[in-house]
Amino acid sequence: MAGRAVSLSSKTGIGAAALVVVLILGALLAVLSRAEVGSGLGRADWAAIRFTVWQAFLSALISTVLAIPVARALARRRFPGRGLLVTLLGAPFILPVIVAVLGLLTVFGRGGWVNQGLDALGLPTLSIYGLHGVVLAHVFFNLPLATRLILQGWHSIPAERFRLAAQLRLTPRATFRTLEWPMLRQVVPGIAALIFVICLTSFAVALTLGGGPRATTIELAIYQAFRFDFDLSRAALLSVVQLIVAGGAAVVALWIIPQVSIGGGLDRPVQRWDARRGLQRAMDAGVIALAAAFLLLPLAAVVWRGVNGLPLLPVSVWQAAGMSVFVAVISVGVLLALALPMAGWIATRRAGGVEAIGLLGLSASPLMIGTGWFILVNPVINPADVALPVTALVNAMMALPFCLRIIVPRLRETVQDYGRLAQTLGVTGWPLWRIVILPRMRGQLGFATGLTAALSIGDLGVITLFADQERVTLPLQMYRLMGSYQMDAAAGAALLLLVLALGVFWLCDKGGRGDAEA
Amino acid sequence: MKYLALGAATFLIAQTAPPSAAYAETPELTVYTYDSFVAEWGPGPQIEAAFEETCGCDLKFVGMGDGAALLARLKLEGARSEADVVLGLDTSLIAAAKDTGLFTETQVSADYALPIEWTDSTFAPYDWGYFAFVHNTDLTPPATFKALAASDLKIVIQDPRSSTPGLGLLMWVKDAYGDEAESIWAGLADNIVTVTKGWSEAYGLFLEGEADMVLSYTTSPAYHIIAEEDDSKAAAVFDEGHYMQIEVAGRLAGSDQPELAADFLNFMVSDAAQSILPTTNWMYPAVMPSGGLPEGFEALVKPEKARLVDSALVPAIRDEALEEWLAALSR
Amino acid sequence: MLRLENAQVKQGRFAMSADIALERGQKYAVIGPSGAGKSTLLNALCGFVPLATGRLIWNEDDITQAAPGARPMTMLFQDNNLFPHLTVAQNVGLGLRPDLKVSKRDLDKVNDALQRVGLLDQADKRPGALSGGQQSRAALARVLVQAREWVLLDEPFAALGPALRAEMLDLVQDLVAETRAGLIMVTHAPEDVRRIADQVIFVAEGRAHAPEPAAALMDNPPPALREYLGAG
Repeated sequence: MAGRAVSLSSKTGIGAAALVVVLILGALLAVLSRAEVGSGLGRADWAAIRFTVWQAFLSALISTVLAIPVARALARRRFPGRGLLVTLLGAPFILPVIVAVLGLLTVFGRGGWVNQGLDALGLPTLSIYGLHGVVLAHVFFNLPLATRLILQGWHSIPAERFRLAAQLRLTPRATFRTLEWPMLRQVVPGIAALIFVICLTSFAVALTLGGGPRATTIELAIYQAFRFDFDLSRAALLSVVQLIVAGGAAVVALWIIPQVSIGGGLDRPVQRWDARRGLQRAMDAGVIALAAAFLLLPLAAVVWRGVNGLPLLPVSVWQAAGMSVFVAVISVGVLLALALPMAGWIATRRAGGVEAIGLLGLSASPLMIGTGWFILVNPVINPADVALPVTALVNAMMALPFCLRIIVPRLRETVQDYGRLAQTLGVTGWPLWRIVILPRMRGQLGFATGLTAALSIGDLGVITLFADQERVTLPLQMYRLMGSYQMDAAAGAALLLLVLALGVFWLCDKGGRGDAEA
Repeated sequence: MKYLALGAATFLIAQTAPPSAAYAETPELTVYTYDSFVAEWGPGPQIEAAFEETCGCDLKFVGMGDGAALLARLKLEGARSEADVVLGLDTSLIAAAKDTGLFTETQVSADYALPIEWTDSTFAPYDWGYFAFVHNTDLTPPATFKALAASDLKIVIQDPRSSTPGLGLLMWVKDAYGDEAESIWAGLADNIVTVTKGWSEAYGLFLEGEADMVLSYTTSPAYHIIAEEDDSKAAAVFDEGHYMQIEVAGRLAGSDQPELAADFLNFMVSDAAQSILPTTNWMYPAVMPSGGLPEGFEALVKPEKARLVDSALVPAIRDEALEEWLAALSR
Repeated sequence: MLRLENAQVKQGRFAMSADIALERGQKYAVIGPSGAGKSTLLNALCGFVPLATGRLIWNEDDITQAAPGARPMTMLFQDNNLFPHLTVAQNVGLGLRPDLKVSKRDLDKVNDALQRVGLLDQADKRPGALSGGQQSRAALARVLVQAREWVLLDEPFAALGPALRAEMLDLVQDLVAETRAGLIMVTHAPEDVRRIADQVIFVAEGRAHAPEPAAALMDNPPPALREYLGAG
């Protein structure tokens, strides 16, 4: 790359990054300001930290390793329903935890489909509860995300390279070594770090499927410190531990990402000539079928449970759904305002250290951020009055690391390939974004906004802390139904949530893809 | 920096919104309560309508999480709280609530239908229930914790660190078995399928068939009988007696509507309010309504012995019991 | 007059110095061994790499610090000369209006330029749908509408066949003649030099030599150039 950086302003990017840091540190300091001398970290806390790191490590490792063959198979194959499958793969990730867990249990639980099958065959049944259950659930949540991100890496290899590979009659193995492995080295560490951080803050999944207090995570300890002990110093201390572990993971991951450019192409549709033989075909088909079954069966269970509940839904649930969509739209706006300048800043720098700031937003305990800002806001105004902006901001912050992961590689590539051209033409500032960058990132932006909107719809979030009667969201309403024995109606609400989240995701993603391939 | 300014602006805009109607003509009474109370199918809307008929005021419920979340919120807000009344704490939270110094005494007189005598003058009970393990009627339940531990039955319980029923079970075992509690938990360890964050998750798992029994209330089957015409659920009676959960309300010393707040606490034990609670909150009313209990409640089991640890002793016992619980179940 | 005064460019361990003056309207060929700094020289002129020392003077103005888009020159790169997501017409239009807010008059100019390079019927296509020669023509159409004083070519036609390359060079020659622009062109092919260049800038061992008349130099090259050109 040329020595003189392309004229993307770094000021707004630095501003956005600073805002994220201020939001997190501000909350932390606010919590500390109210803390009395606390008990420090006990033996149980250290056990929780060990368990948290270990399960997050396993979950990240297994999710990414499994995602590679799935993404490869999807990248190599064209079949009817592929687009639909790719969209549906986004679903587990955006489901509220309890819905996904109940879906998983319908399939893998004590009386679930798998065990019924085993039982019918006279085989011993399996228990989902334990560390393996926690990892299974986390893989269920994150495998699709990893697959999508790696698939995006595959699509970033220009068609020209595959033509070259076909020309040279490279074997699948050689194609992998020369084209795919360098790409994987570039994208996989970041994805693994992302999933590690997501799993760090796991709470309900780890507890429910972990089978008991052995599966205590840092987040549960934070929850306990806030809710039951009201030990703010311990809560803050645990939050710091969580931030440090996540930050460490981010640094390690970004450090091992090599700075390689895959190079530009002419946006030709990718056609593959490798892996046309029977064995490769059969393996790809097998991998796709297995992944689809693993991911879609629990979703089918959610649908199956929910259909009967739909007619039972009270009107307020539909109103809450409208509110959720409204919050999602605002969250997407806030996200773009944060992510684009930050991505621009990151993409024009050689080193990727700034991306770690994005991960901080995800690794900060939502309860800590919510409580901290509650403490800060409360003396000035009624927290309920700012429930909406705070929720949108926190939702956007949670989605930020995913979106940076999605946007930055493409932006970096665009700047590398077309930065000089734009400069000779004097295309700078807003026209640079409008004419060059945004159109070239359409697919990535569609994916990123879709993910944010869907996450926002499925997230219970800090809105519960800033409780506000007029702004009941769908997940909150669903929990209320569950909390008052109305499990069938809750299942209906969960289905509505699934449809809504997938719907906005599909709309954004589709809009981004346009007529191009995913 | 444009976007930073934008972010700040959203805060500022919200800040200029008119303050809540503290100076409005009709006085407003703000009641903090837990989430499921204010849902449209919960007691909230009916209670609000009934109270507003007589008070000449505007009753505003603000729902948040569960009882523990309520108390945490109150501690965060301190004396600045807009709440006049807090409704939805339970007996295990009373000591911590009193420690805040935010509550004031209220003269509430009622002929309580509680299994124990109520003497607390700060908090007034409005409903109550017995914790119990709920099961399907095709199962013959054990009659003691020891029998449960010896059986192959699978149970789901809630984590005492994140849920009030979970804490209730912890106190139940500790109160019944004292120093033996840890060995009871060790015996139960292989019966416990899993521990959940809250009541909803546990009850959901039970209905999914993940466990034979779930920790809930003796009144839970009433929901299935009355709302779903399903009598396949029952609660198991344990010989050790059953730990109680008494849900209480109290008013804040910093309230700008002290009389209205006192009126509301008295209203909560009145016939109008008490007759609403059984089929909306699915608990026993604190005072027997003139019409008696709704049809369906007569089918519920009635424990012979009620257990309750004095609220002042709860914090110390809780810490000890929690240590034992963690030790027994982490093995 | 475009003057590079006592200029030095440093990129890592690589350094290149130049002290040359270039006349508008002249056609310069930049030749020299691979890695000697030919592209670096062009990048320095265009402002993609900063000068470590020295100045760049255009007429009387010091443009050492000017942004690439603000300099009196335009450059065609080895690749990536067109935005793949924009149509040919939009790509050319960017040469007139960096914000793409093209007026009716601008549009006429774009169409004239496309007509001039023989691509009017391809105006609404995207670069990916064009042949290599057509892509070069589209890029040249943009150079035409930009009408800068200097056109810099960094081997943009290297991938084309001999006949097509000759055709493109003729087109370039016509275009700079029409706009009375100066041309600075990196090339490896002595026949290109003879075909188009008035002057030759020989770059070797980290130094850009002052321009010398092309015909005389090619007929009687000094030893270093002779070695580069090979026996023949």
